[in-house]
Amino acid sequence: MPEFVLTVARFGFLILLWIFVFTVVGVIRRDLFASSRAKSIVASPRGVGGAVLPGRPAKVKRGKAARQLVVTAGNLAGTRITLGEAHITIGRAEDSTLVITDDFASARHARLVPREGQWFVEDLGSTNGTYLDRGKVSGPTPVPLGVPIRIGRTSLELRP
Amino acid sequence: MSRIRQWKTRRNAELGLLAFAMVLVAVFSATVEANQYDKINANFWVPAALIGGLFLGLHIVVRFTAPYADPVLLPAVALINGIGVAFLRRLDIARAIARDLPEPGFFAETSGRQLAWTLMSLVLAAVLLTVVRDHKIISRYAYTLGLIGIVLMMIPAVLPGKYSEVNGAKIWIKFGSAFSIQPGEFAKIALVSFFAYYLVRKREVLSLASRRVLGIDFPRGRDLGPVLTVWLFSVLVLVFEKDLGTALLYFGLFVVTLYVATERSSWLIIGLLLFFGGVYVAYLLGSVVGGPFANFYDRAAVWLDPFAQSNYERESGSSYQLVQGLFGLGTGGLFGTGPGAGSPSKVPEVRNDFIFAGLGEEIGLFGLIALLVLYLLIVERGLHAALAVRDSFGKLVAGGLAFTLGLQVFVILGGITGLIPLTGQTTPFLSAGGSSLMANWMLVAMLLRISDAARRPQNAVPERAGGAPKKAPTQLHGAMTEVIKP
Repeated sequence: MPEFVLTVARFGFLILLWIFVFTVVGVIRRDLFASSRAKSIVASPRGVGGAVLPGRPAKVKRGKAARQLVVTAGNLAGTRITLGEAHITIGRAEDSTLVITDDFASARHARLVPREGQWFVEDLGSTNGTYLDRGKVSGPTPVPLGVPIRIGRTSLELRP
Repeated sequence: MSRIRQWKTRRNAELGLLAFAMVLVAVFSATVEANQYDKINANFWVPAALIGGLFLGLHIVVRFTAPYADPVLLPAVALINGIGVAFLRRLDIARAIARDLPEPGFFAETSGRQLAWTLMSLVLAAVLLTVVRDHKIISRYAYTLGLIGIVLMMIPAVLPGKYSEVNGAKIWIKFGSAFSIQPGEFAKIALVSFFAYYLVRKREVLSLASRRVLGIDFPRGRDLGPVLTVWLFSVLVLVFEKDLGTALLYFGLFVVTLYVATERSSWLIIGLLLFFGGVYVAYLLGSVVGGPFANFYDRAAVWLDPFAQSNYERESGSSYQLVQGLFGLGTGGLFGTGPGAGSPSKVPEVRNDFIFAGLGEEIGLFGLIALLVLYLLIVERGLHAALAVRDSFGKLVAGGLAFTLGLQVFVILGGITGLIPLTGQTTPFLSAGGSSLMANWMLVAMLLRISDAARRPQNAVPERAGGAPKKAPTQLHGAMTEVIKP
């Protein structure tokens, strides 16, 4: 074997080894970015439309039904979520529909469930409780339009 | 229920990385043959393909049983394991050439055995992934596992030296002359599970009831009980099994799980003080009394000055091995001599404990650091799973296992490079030896399982549509209600 080939093999192996290491780091990086992008969809700035959820819109009469969930106070103020048929989970956990970074919120804090065109709010055993207007939510409670749901420092409202 | 967001499983990234890793192993083998035989044989790729096939099998099992598992863990470990097999084959080739024998077969000698061990390890890992669908199930058997761990750990200490001693370390169980296992390697996984379970139940009392002295929170005396017991136990291991590395491993493991559970740095300080105190007392006893402490004293003396004439010519525990290893690393320099071009057979035990010295000679500091970064990334992914998983038991198990792996690499590499006294530890995934390989692959299987739980979205579609009826979520066995801190 010529010396040249051996040298190429020797350094080629080392270079490939490092390329492997950096590819691994790249995969880890993409993983991190994937989760932060998911977060930014939920926490989009004021005025920009929030996440549009897949699924058919609920079959309800126009004008009366809630079609948007709007965050009116807290870190995410201005975020809008278009309501579909899917449950909306709210909490600090990564996989919540609405990820709120609020010191007083639990990982899985509350959820909104649609039933025959009416949305119900339900507390998921949070530490600091969920409030509908002034009252504490203890079971599934129907949410009227424009009434604030309060979770820690965050307020949410259903809008038509 | 429609899924809100498409969650990526990243299994294809894993497959791609795995293929890349096997290409690297093939390149390593080719370079070895170019250097050793002066030509590349047509079938140089066969070992890489064989071991690649094994990993592919595990990859498929992961696809079905842990689809959301971390995509990086398996390829990184596979590369280290593959390089290990290829390097062992390189040693076999060199030995065959020295004896004028034909090229050793793919299933012969050390590398063939290592290949067989890899197969068994991967089968074990696949079984673990298939049987344990939820890591919380393990907590049901925590006390049994703790007992098994202690028994496994104590067997070699109790057995007569004929059945348990190899090169001065009593850490083996020998079945005849051909087959021997190192039970301590398996004990560590059992003990991590037990520690995690014990600490999940005791964390409140351990972290809340404390006295403040000199700005550090010290726990109450009665809560210190288990720590002191484990400390005493690890010192006993040190004395009877003459194995500082294992003692350090177990003790470090317990202190760190304690720290993770309670978030109190005082445990780290207490642990380090106890360990260094114990080691220093053992050193003093070794120099004065000798007896069971003599072995430890020898190792410390060799560590302090490996190049001293008196240490080099010492009858028991000569520094010859350490010095040869250091020369090997020195010869390799920055870029190494190239795979297959060095002379690692000059280092005793280059198959097991000193594989890093042999590899370091051939791939140099540059290549060695790449391998170390891979170890670091494996540990990081384990700790990441620990941070992301939602239950405390999983957090402690993943954190403990990842830390054990890191500590083991530190103990053996520190020993080889003369940073700490040399102790007979295997290099995870790299060294020849079945027990270590099997135990560490089980460890990786646990990390895969926990990272799967950590990354799995909560409302994901069940992994088998229309499969087993949906069961209630597994609760941590016998756990008290936990207060979720805001």
